Amino acid sequence: MTILEIDQLRKEFQMHVVGGKRVVGLDGVSFDVADGEFLAIVGESGSGKSSLLKCLYRTYLPSGGAIRFESTDGSVDLASCSERRLLELRDDEIGYASQFLDEIPRVPALDVVARPLVEEGVERPAARDVARDLLTALNLPEELHDAYPATFSGGERQRVNLARAIAPRPRLLLLDEPTSALDPETKAAAIDLLDRYLTEETTVVGVFHNRDVVAQVADRVVVLDDAALQRVVDVETYAEETSSEIDLAESEVGV
Amino acid sequence: MSLLDAENVTRFYGEFEPCGDCVDLTGPTHGRNQCPDCGTVVGCADVDLDVERGEVLGIVGESGSGKSSLAEMLALDLAATAGNVEFASYDGNLLDANYEERVDLRNTNVGMVHQHVRDGLNLEFTGGGNVAESLLAAGWRNFDEIRARVRDLFEETEVPVDRMDDPTDTYSGGMQRRVQIAKAIANDPELVILDEPTTGLDVSVQARVLDMFRRIQREQDVATIVVSHDLGVVRLLADRTVVMRHGRVIESGLTDRVMEDPQREYTQTLINSVI
Repeated sequence: MTILEIDQLRKEFQMHVVGGKRVVGLDGVSFDVADGEFLAIVGESGSGKSSLLKCLYRTYLPSGGAIRFESTDGSVDLASCSERRLLELRDDEIGYASQFLDEIPRVPALDVVARPLVEEGVERPAARDVARDLLTALNLPEELHDAYPATFSGGERQRVNLARAIAPRPRLLLLDEPTSALDPETKAAAIDLLDRYLTEETTVVGVFHNRDVVAQVADRVVVLDDAALQRVVDVETYAEETSSEIDLAESEVGV
Repeated sequence: MSLLDAENVTRFYGEFEPCGDCVDLTGPTHGRNQCPDCGTVVGCADVDLDVERGEVLGIVGESGSGKSSLAEMLALDLAATAGNVEFASYDGNLLDANYEERVDLRNTNVGMVHQHVRDGLNLEFTGGGNVAESLLAAGWRNFDEIRARVRDLFEETEVPVDRMDDPTDTYSGGMQRRVQIAKAIANDPELVILDEPTTGLDVSVQARVLDMFRRIQREQDVATIVVSHDLGVVRLLADRTVVMRHGRVIESGLTDRVMEDPQREYTQTLINSVI
């Protein structure tokens, strides 16, 4: 079954500060996402990966096209539905982890992660237990659990952010480079956790830079190039393609 | 139906008789809020907004954009020049409510947290006394019950309970703000209006007051309008945001959308101006 159907999605930015110049972020992108799959979005910087993710969450207002999402109460176009409907979906079904943690200062890491669960009605102690397990699985030292994330390193904050996003197991989870600041060991722990904690009930659309991460977590890969969809391939094909590219690149530089 | 549905809310200031063209001759397209013909200052005009139960709406804009006028009218503190506001707990146009009705609504349905502590609290009274005043106004009469309720509210808003019987002017700025919030939520209102909730507070205290308010807001599911020139405050609290300039709403939308994908030129400049 298809959970998300992206049809001719277009995003244009009008930059008033530079004389109303228009910049095309996404130029008619279409693809489907199957229920329960892990879809990776890859492409060079500026190819439109984050714009695509932000359009799905409506942090960016799409300029054209449709994003049909199969919610538990029927099909809804995320590009055009009311703001209230979208807020409900964010509360109940769609989660998002940005690259950077965005939280009220002076809230302990554990409570940051537990908050979405508490807001869903989970009792605070139980929510904090889940939060503790998630942070531990991500190798966040226990003495940091009750500290304020504002003082954390980039990698530590990213772990808090990822734990918070996956904690409620949303039906659709949007991840924007969730492991970019992690060392290889923690990255492996994060991938392992995504695999273990999330079930078939969660569909993931994630932006990734790292080829190895994509190969380990994704079912299919969407390749964006210069604001347009270049191709959608299954992960095996992608892994083969990129490994031959690496071989080629390495032979060119004489490694 | 929404909890609150406001249409065409307008407020003029000035000693002159409005000429009739004041609204047409002011606003963002003219870059002014004073009518060039008659000198009337248009505080805000033609403002439409609505708030659902449990929702947080942010109002941002620079000084003089009309956001406080709007908040004060919705909080029944300021008479409107024109407009229609439907409010779930009131029959008719809220802006036409008479004096007694306003007092009644302010005591039980709409809580206001003022920008200036002096507008919200009597600093010579004890902190507990200030909060008890709201309860008394709503008909509470039993001394022990009032004490118990005030104690609960102090705990809820994280004010040290053992300071309850000290004069409010001996409290820190953060504590005074918390007492204001305790007073505003004392009678479980449907709507709370926060006017510049962090003004005058140390940075370290700001965050804790915001976090405390957000927790209460979510737990009690109380609709809130938060007015601030500080985009950070609105970003952390509001689900939806309206941007005001020269007395008009120039852009509105999901808060993260307004902050990250602002459409209007002024909003883009405003977002790009954050230090």
